[in-house]
Amino acid sequence: MLKQIEGSHGVAEAVALARPEVICAYPISPQTHIVEALGEMVKTGALSPCEFINVESEFAAMSVAIGASAAGARTYTATASQGLLFMVEAVYNAAGLGLPIVMTVANRAIGAPINIWNDHTDAMSQRDCGWIQLFAETNQEALDLHIQAFRLAEELSLPVMVCMDGFILTHAYERMDVPEQALVDAYLPPYEPRQVLDPREPVSIGAMVGPEAFTEVRYLAHAKQMSAIERIPQLAQEFRAVFGRDSGGLVRGYRLEDAETVVVALGSVLGTIKDTVDELRDRGVKIGVLGITSFRPFPLAAVRAALAGAKRFVVLEKSLAVGIGGIVATNVRLALDGLALKGYTIVAGLGGRAITRASLHRVFGEAIADRLEAVHFLDLQRERVARVLEREEAVRRSGPIAEGILKDLGTVASRIG
Amino acid sequence: MAFQPVKFYQTGTFTVGNRLLDEQQRSVQAQEERSNSLNSGHRACQGCGEALGARYAIDAAMHATGNQLIAANATGCLEVFSTPYPESSWQIPWIHSLFGNAAAVASGIAAALRVKGRGEVRVIAQGGDGGTTDIGFGCLSGMFERNDDVLYICYDNEAYMNTGVQRSSATPPAARTATTMAVGAQPGNVFGQGKNVPAIAMAHDIPYVATATVAELHDLEYKVKKAMGFHGARYIHVFVPCPLGWGAASQDTIKLARLAKETGLFPVFEAEHGEVTSVSKIRRPIPVEEYLRPQKRFAHLFGQEPAAEVIARLQTIADRNIKKFGLLDAAA
Ligand SMILES: Cc1ncc(C[n+]2csc(CCOP(=O)(O)OP(=O)(O)O)c2C)c(N)n1
Ligand code: SF4
Ligand SMILES: [Mg+2]
Repeated sequence: MLKQIEGSHGVAEAVALARPEVICAYPISPQTHIVEALGEMVKTGALSPCEFINVESEFAAMSVAIGASAAGARTYTATASQGLLFMVEAVYNAAGLGLPIVMTVANRAIGAPINIWNDHTDAMSQRDCGWIQLFAETNQEALDLHIQAFRLAEELSLPVMVCMDGFILTHAYERMDVPEQALVDAYLPPYEPRQVLDPREPVSIGAMVGPEAFTEVRYLAHAKQMSAIERIPQLAQEFRAVFGRDSGGLVRGYRLEDAETVVVALGSVLGTIKDTVDELRDRGVKIGVLGITSFRPFPLAAVRAALAGAKRFVVLEKSLAVGIGGIVATNVRLALDGLALKGYTIVAGLGGRAITRASLHRVFGEAIADRLEAVHFLDLQRERVARVLEREEAVRRSGPIAEGILKDLGTVASRIG
Repeated sequence: MAFQPVKFYQTGTFTVGNRLLDEQQRSVQAQEERSNSLNSGHRACQGCGEALGARYAIDAAMHATGNQLIAANATGCLEVFSTPYPESSWQIPWIHSLFGNAAAVASGIAAALRVKGRGEVRVIAQGGDGGTTDIGFGCLSGMFERNDDVLYICYDNEAYMNTGVQRSSATPPAARTATTMAVGAQPGNVFGQGKNVPAIAMAHDIPYVATATVAELHDLEYKVKKAMGFHGARYIHVFVPCPLGWGAASQDTIKLARLAKETGLFPVFEAEHGEVTSVSKIRRPIPVEEYLRPQKRFAHLFGQEPAAEVIARLQTIADRNIKKFGLLDAAA
C-alpha cells in the first residue's frame, strides 16, 4: 500500500511485517522514531506476539538480542553512532556466535566533537566485525532491505546491519510502498534456528576456543559471509518476483555505458550524485555511477566488473580513515588490483555537511581533468583550519580544538551548508 | 535458617546427617535423579568453591524446575574451566556471551521464552564477583529494575581469579591481590571501599535476594529452590573460597566459608521485596583472626609484629554485621 510516511515509520512497518518476536532498544538520535513506532505497535497489540524491552544501554540492547536470538526468537534492534560503539563488544559477539539478529543503523557521525548529524563513520567502524552490512539508497530501499535482511540473516545464521542515512532518510517524509503481510509471509518463512537453547536438547553455546581451532572458526565466518555474495543478488531477484520492484543486490550501476569516469558511493547521496551525473551527461561527459549496497561482504568482482572499462574512479564517501584517507576507497582499490585506473577519494558530508550539486560539479570536473588531489575533503574551509594551526603554533594553551574552530566561525547556530 | 529446625552436626565434625533428614530436606545431590548439571571432568582447581557452589546451585534449580532450565554465564573461572573447546561440563542448555552481559543475555532468553509460550522454562544468569559487581553491574541493575524473570547467581571469591587474582569491588579490605599488593604503609586492599551488591539488589525491591556460602550447601539448595518459586528478578550471592587466589589449602574451602559466616564477615540472610526476612544465626562468634590466619592473602597481617590495628578494623566490620543483622542467638 502506498503511504506518505517518515522513513523511520516505513522501516518500523517493514520490521513489524517481518514478525519479530523480541525487540530491544536504547534511544539515540536519529534511530528513535523507528523503535518508538515499534514500541507502540507492541503496546497496542498490533504487533503480536512480540516482546519490546527498554534496556539500560546499547550494550544491554545487543546482549538481550543475543540471548533472545540464541533462545530461538526472531530478534531486532536499532541504534546509531555512539550507541553502536557502546555495544561493540556485543556486536562482535553476536557475529561470532552466528546469531541472525537484524539491526538498523541510522547512520550518524561519531564524536568527539559530539555531532548528531549524518555520516557513515559509525557503520564503517564495524565493517570487520562479521555482520553483513547493507546500505539503503532511498527510504523505499531501506524498507525493502529490512525484509530481505531477516531472510538473509536467518538463511546464513549471520547478523545483518541495515544502514540508512540518519535524518536524510530516517526523518524524510516520502511516498513508500508498504507491502501486504501475505507477501512478506510468502517471502520470509518462519525462523528456524541452527542452534537454540532448549532443555529438550541441551547445547553449550559460546565455549572457549584456543589456537587449535580458532582459525578454522574464523575461516568459517569469512566463508559464510562470502557465500552471501551469491545469496544477496538471488534474494533481491526473489524479492522482485514477489514485490515487483528492484531493491538490494550487491551493487547498482547508473549510466555506466561507455563511462570514462565512475563515481562510487553508498547510501542516500547517490541521489544527488545521479542528478549531477545526468547534468554532466547532458553536456556529453562520459560519466556514470556505481552504488554499493552490500559493503560487507564487499563485492570485489562486481565492483571490478563495473569499473574495469573506465579510465578513472572517484569514491565519494561519508567516512574518513584518519591517517590514510578513505575507507570505501581502500576497498574499491582492492577490487581494481592490477588495473590501470586513476583513483580519487572525496571525503564528503562529515557530520551532516550538505553535499551540493554545485560542489559535486566542481570536484567531478577536477577529477575528470585529473587535477584532483588523491584524497580531497569536499568544501573544506582551509582558511579556518589554517587559522587554528597558526594559533596552535603561536600559543601552547590554544584550547579545545572544536571550540577554536567554532569561535573562528563566529556563529553559534549549526550550519549544514 | 528457615528450612531446617533441627541441627544434625555430629560431635567433632560439621557433617550433616543427610539420612536423618526427611526426604523433602535431603540434598538434591543425594537423589538418584540429580541432574549433574555441571558434570565431572571440568578444569577447576582442587577445592574450588565456585565449582562446588555452581554444582549445587544449578542442580537445585534443575530439581526445582523439573529440569526446565537455561543458563547464561559470564566470562570468568566458571566459564573457562567448564567449557574448554570442544568439551563442555554443562548438561543443561548454556550460553556464554561476554564478561559483562550475562544478566542481559538472560533477560533476552526470558523474553524469547515468554513470547514463545515456554513459560515453564526458567532462566539463570551466573558470574563471578567481578562479572557481577563491576563490569556486569549495569546489565544486572537493568535486569533487576525491569524485574525480568531471571535468577542471577553471583559466585563471590572476592577477586578476579580467572585473570590472576586482581582486586574487584568485592575484595575485602587488607586482602592482598595482584593489584592490591602487600607492600607499602598500608599493605593489601584499602579500607572504606567496595560494593555491597546484595544490599543494592534489595534496593531494587526485587522479589527475592539471598546470600549463602558453600559451607552450608543445604541452605544454598533451599535458597535456590525458594528463588525458583518466585517470578521476576532474583539474586543469590554465594560466598565461594578460592584456594588459588586466597593462598589457602584446598581442603580448607568449606572451613573458610564457614568461618566467614561464623565471624560475621559474611552475613547470610534472605530478603523479600527489599526487607530482610531471615538470617542464619552464628552459633558462637569467632574472632576474625581465625578466619584470616590460614589465608596467604592476609599473611602480611601476621608477620613478626601482627597488624593488630588492621585486624581490629576487620573485627569492627564483622561486629557491625552481627549487630546490623542480629546474627547472634539471644541465648549465645
Ligand atoms: C570486557 C572484558 N574485560 C576483561 C576481561 C578479562 N577477564 C576475563 S575473566 C576476568 C575475571 C573474572 O573475575 P570474576 O568475575 O570475579 O570471576 P572469577 O574468575 O573470579 O570466578 C577478567 C578480568 C574480559 N574477558 N572481558
Ligand atoms: S582460581 Fe579459584 S575460582 Fe578459579 S578454578 Fe581455581 S579455585 Fe576455582
Ligand atoms: Mg571472582
